[in-house]
Amino acid sequence: MAGHPSIAKHPNLDEWIEIAAGGRIIVHTGKVELGQRIYTALAIIAAEELDVDYERIEVRRAETGVDPNEGMTTGSMSMQHSGTAIRLAGATARRRLMELAAERLDVAVDSLEVEDGLVQSRDSNQSVTYWDLMAGKRFGIAVDEAVDIKPPEAHTRVGRTATPKGMAEIVTGRMTYLHDLAMPGLMHARLVRPPHYFARLKGLDAAAVERLSVDGVTVVREGSFLAVAAADEYAAVKAAERLKAAAAWEEGDGLATPELFEALTANERLSFPVAAGGAPVDEAVPELAPPPEDAAVTLSASYEKPYIMHGSMGPSAGCALAEDGRLTVWTHSQGIYALRGALARALEMDEAALHLVFTPAAGCYGHNGADDAAFEAALIARAIPGVPILLKWTRDDEHAWEPYGSATVCALRGSLDGDGNIIDWSHESYGDTFMGRPVPGRYDLPESRLVSTHFREPALDWPVAEPAMGAHIGIHRNLEPLYAIPRPRLVKNLVRGLPLRTSALRSLGAFGNVAALESFMDELAAAAGIDPVEFRLRHLDDERARDVVETLGARMAADRAGAEEGRGAGIAFARYKNVAAYCAVGIEVAVTDEATVRLHRAWIVADAGEVVDPGGLTAQLEGGLIQAASWTLYEQVSWNGGGITSRDWESYPIIRFDNIPEVETVLMERPGLPFLGAGETVAGPTGGAIANAIFAASGLRLRRMPFDADAIRKAALQ
Amino acid sequence: MTAIRLQVNGTAQEIEADPDTPLIFVLRNHLGLTGPKLGCGQEQCGACVVLVDGVATNTCVRAASEFAGAEIVTIEGLAENGALSPVQQAFLAEGAAQCGYCTSGMIIAVTALLRRDPKPGAAEIAEALHDNLCRCGSHRRVLAAIDRLIEEGA
Repeated sequence: MAGHPSIAKHPNLDEWIEIAAGGRIIVHTGKVELGQRIYTALAIIAAEELDVDYERIEVRRAETGVDPNEGMTTGSMSMQHSGTAIRLAGATARRRLMELAAERLDVAVDSLEVEDGLVQSRDSNQSVTYWDLMAGKRFGIAVDEAVDIKPPEAHTRVGRTATPKGMAEIVTGRMTYLHDLAMPGLMHARLVRPPHYFARLKGLDAAAVERLSVDGVTVVREGSFLAVAAADEYAAVKAAERLKAAAAWEEGDGLATPELFEALTANERLSFPVAAGGAPVDEAVPELAPPPEDAAVTLSASYEKPYIMHGSMGPSAGCALAEDGRLTVWTHSQGIYALRGALARALEMDEAALHLVFTPAAGCYGHNGADDAAFEAALIARAIPGVPILLKWTRDDEHAWEPYGSATVCALRGSLDGDGNIIDWSHESYGDTFMGRPVPGRYDLPESRLVSTHFREPALDWPVAEPAMGAHIGIHRNLEPLYAIPRPRLVKNLVRGLPLRTSALRSLGAFGNVAALESFMDELAAAAGIDPVEFRLRHLDDERARDVVETLGARMAADRAGAEEGRGAGIAFARYKNVAAYCAVGIEVAVTDEATVRLHRAWIVADAGEVVDPGGLTAQLEGGLIQAASWTLYEQVSWNGGGITSRDWESYPIIRFDNIPEVETVLMERPGLPFLGAGETVAGPTGGAIANAIFAASGLRLRRMPFDADAIRKAALQ
Repeated sequence: MTAIRLQVNGTAQEIEADPDTPLIFVLRNHLGLTGPKLGCGQEQCGACVVLVDGVATNTCVRAASEFAGAEIVTIEGLAENGALSPVQQAFLAEGAAQCGYCTSGMIIAVTALLRRDPKPGAAEIAEALHDNLCRCGSHRRVLAAIDRLIEEGA
């Protein structure tokens, strides 16, 4: 356990756990709640180590200067980071409380027992509570990374589903989201966006602006950045429409409209071989040699995925108050410390003058408009000092301006020997960056990742992404297969000159890479005449990987006995980043007469290490499967020279209740093993399993998402 | 500004507002009922749905003044005597929400559905919830909550 990153940065126990008045215990975390139920899991862990009721635990919403800096809430890392930190902190706190109790009761520590924070000694009839012992005091000691944590067999809370934190508030409408903030004197703000990324404001009807002012609306203009603020929200909505009508834009060349999948493989690019372990190396990419001479079968195929959206149900929002040279920002950013740094640079303020408070919003699934909206709220607030500004993006803003998940192309070639073993493998992945967050230290100009820095004056240039060279980051996440394949040729291609703004979307490149390589695994298995489960198992050495695939195969075989005519099933597998959770997915579909894909049943088998909250983990897996099914079947961002044309839920359809499969989720029990993050592991296997199921049901091999009616009809004609 | 009279969660309310103001803003800002959410402003996503005379109705486009005389119930008005409604209870028991942004609209839509058809089939459920979008993928849990309610005969 030595060298835990969060504890190294925040060694003091008081930074993590507070024995608070009223019989409460406050847990501090740098991670934020996005609907993934991290607060629930952290509360269970704290309750377990401290021996108190789960209901007593409050997990605080992170704010800068108060709560630990644990970096971003991303990459399925929260359980490894905060979960482990709070487990160590909880155990340290309990040990300290036992020492204090022994002293107070004048008994030996080993005579003490605890039930819900009430400490009793077997040697006397006296007792004392945690709250008596601490009474407003702080621990004043460091978290001990070598502390004894509870052995799994002693767990009474870990591994049992708890009522999720916040759920009672959600079902009664009392949960306060950023959008619901109310403060005295608050003004509502809306933006007036340019038609697209490269447009500049060339004229604004001064008389119209004057009339808005007469009507009590404040117009904020900085270069081409335009916003309105009004005390009444609907007045702000109408004012934004009037200001939009008063604005004239110089559109320049507009957005580029290449044939997307050609551009992905033909444009200028930076190419790197990816070494064993999953990190690119700055060396020449080896040529694709002819297939080995002993190859019995060689297949090549390309798999394509368009740009897709985060598509948060609640458009992004930000709230800001500028007062006495200080700025408070309420934000649903996944990284309040990083955003503070970027805002300080963009606003030319001292970081110490900025205070960021995480406030939840709709699920984001990655880098959506949260950071942009925070910056824009700050710009408006600085123009109207002393007044809290609540900026809400519109649906149109969110659809047209969020940073999308990159379009990708995966080009694979593989060869089998006469026994059906993979003896040669090449996988080249092409895409734009997934690393578009405003993170100081990652790039020279982190603020250039905030949209409106390109519209205010002086406008920053749109950033040109540098290649991420860490293992399993971005384009090359899960490019390296977990299968035992001799010397795979793996290539990451960061493609230049692509038209749309991109950044981190749930699972980054893993979705495209895994969906492609798992489709290709089935194509190879079919060529060799080997069952897909068997074909995967013969290339898997990792026991835990074999376990999930075997379990899936057995479960599906039992459940699908006598499956209806016309239905086909497919499977896929991955271990997220090759170090996080293992996940095998099975999907059963039918292709309808209307050429649509009907999802009937799904199976998820996951090994996420020790399971803290089975209900929460299952919800993450099921939800991830449904979201990835939506990407696979329905979604693609469209645009033309004049801008994004996917601007609402009609022009960008997502999955609905009429196509939700039955889902059977199996969690492997791994008590005592390290937590393996699970929020993203299911995405790639879902894409692959759907492609494979469509093939099983219809004989059609689809390789370009979305697998909608157009795609089915096209494939049927070929 | 005009006086708009509304019946919300069993209480008569009179609000001064621009008569064109969509109901959602009156509920959220004038009456402090922030359970209904602004999701699209185009009657496409269902986050803002409330009961209007028992029918699940979008509030993000139509003017508040159009709802005069109707019985409006928001998520805040479902609980009776401090106890969760059966639908709220079922959502809680099934964990039928992730981020929760769409949940208020879902609970209202399910309430309206079960009031008019206590035993809906899969097709009726899909139809009734067609315009309630969820991005977290909580659909399966919402369906489980509905199954529980049908079984309980609530």
